[in-house]
Amino acid sequence: MKKSVFLPVIAFLLAVGLMNFRPLSDGYKVGDTVQDFKLKNIDGKTVSLADKKDVKGYIIAFTCNTCPVAKAYESRIVALNEQFASKGYPVVAIQSNDAQRSPGDSYDAMQQRAKSAKYSFPYLYDDTQTVARAFGATNTPHMFVVKRDGDQYRVAYIGAIDNNQYEPSAADKKYVETAVNELLAGKSVTTPSARAVGCGIKWKGV
Amino acid sequence: MKLPASILLALLLTNLPARSQSVAMVKFDQLKQMVDRSNDTLYVVNFWATWCAPCVKELPLFESVRRQYATQKVAVLLVSMDNKKTLSTKVVPFVRNRKIQSKVVLLDEPDLNTWVDKLTPEWSGALPMTLILNKQRNIRKFIGQPVEKGELESIINQSKR
Repeated sequence: MKKSVFLPVIAFLLAVGLMNFRPLSDGYKVGDTVQDFKLKNIDGKTVSLADKKDVKGYIIAFTCNTCPVAKAYESRIVALNEQFASKGYPVVAIQSNDAQRSPGDSYDAMQQRAKSAKYSFPYLYDDTQTVARAFGATNTPHMFVVKRDGDQYRVAYIGAIDNNQYEPSAADKKYVETAVNELLAGKSVTTPSARAVGCGIKWKGV
Repeated sequence: MKLPASILLALLLTNLPARSQSVAMVKFDQLKQMVDRSNDTLYVVNFWATWCAPCVKELPLFESVRRQYATQKVAVLLVSMDNKKTLSTKVVPFVRNRKIQSKVVLLDEPDLNTWVDKLTPEWSGALPMTLILNKQRNIRKFIGQPVEKGELESIINQSKR
């Protein structure tokens, strides 16, 4: 008899709980396995996560040429690669803006940007935006740290690079750096997600 | 005597140059107090930045709402997420050049994570973002992308019950 009273209460609490924990957007959540992709790099070659057999993971950066926040973070993305590529966490940058809506993010413009800013990592063109959709990337820059798990890659961190876009020196929480260092030390990531102000990805046909 | 006086006043007001806007710098708690109030005003709060092209493009839609609902209990607030160091060099000149009449504040909270869950847990951080709020009537509409023409008006009109 008592059960019939409690069941609806439990169901209600569950429903409330689910509502509160609904994801921010569709796409990967921390812990999810990432589906590998094939995207064209600025050198014309195709890049996949599976290409490098000796890495421990990747620092995936959804970024672009045009967004002022992405520009503000560009040198910090370059620095992340310098800091972590040799330790097994290279950067892979992906540009997903629709070049029709954002001509400054065309494949040609990407090639020029990567050259002039001396990118030491792939800068991939997500022409169909399917990779950004799969990841659930919404902003530029939007970071995903993935950790290798056998043949697969699992999401360990999603979000901002640090907590001060305007003044790198004032950023006292370096989310990506901390997450990768924790992964390298075999620890779990203490802050697996954080947000920052950014530009929305320019979707096709919106 | 009353009528000419009011006409005179109206003439005077229309001929005055647009009141030069000042932009206050606020912390999150102040912002929350400005929009999360138990009164019957509907707050239309737009988060933007001078460097954000889609934000700049949609600002006229908010100005239009301000004009259209000037006599009603609708308040437009434009919350700039610009670098506070550019307040006097970029934000204030921008607001003056564009003759923006809606209230503008600069939110001095560069770390989103310290406050975003208290106001807009669903926000990714991508600008622009708009919130339409009335605490008393439990109205809360989140728009995580540029608004479309007529969208604000339709939400405001629906909120009038």
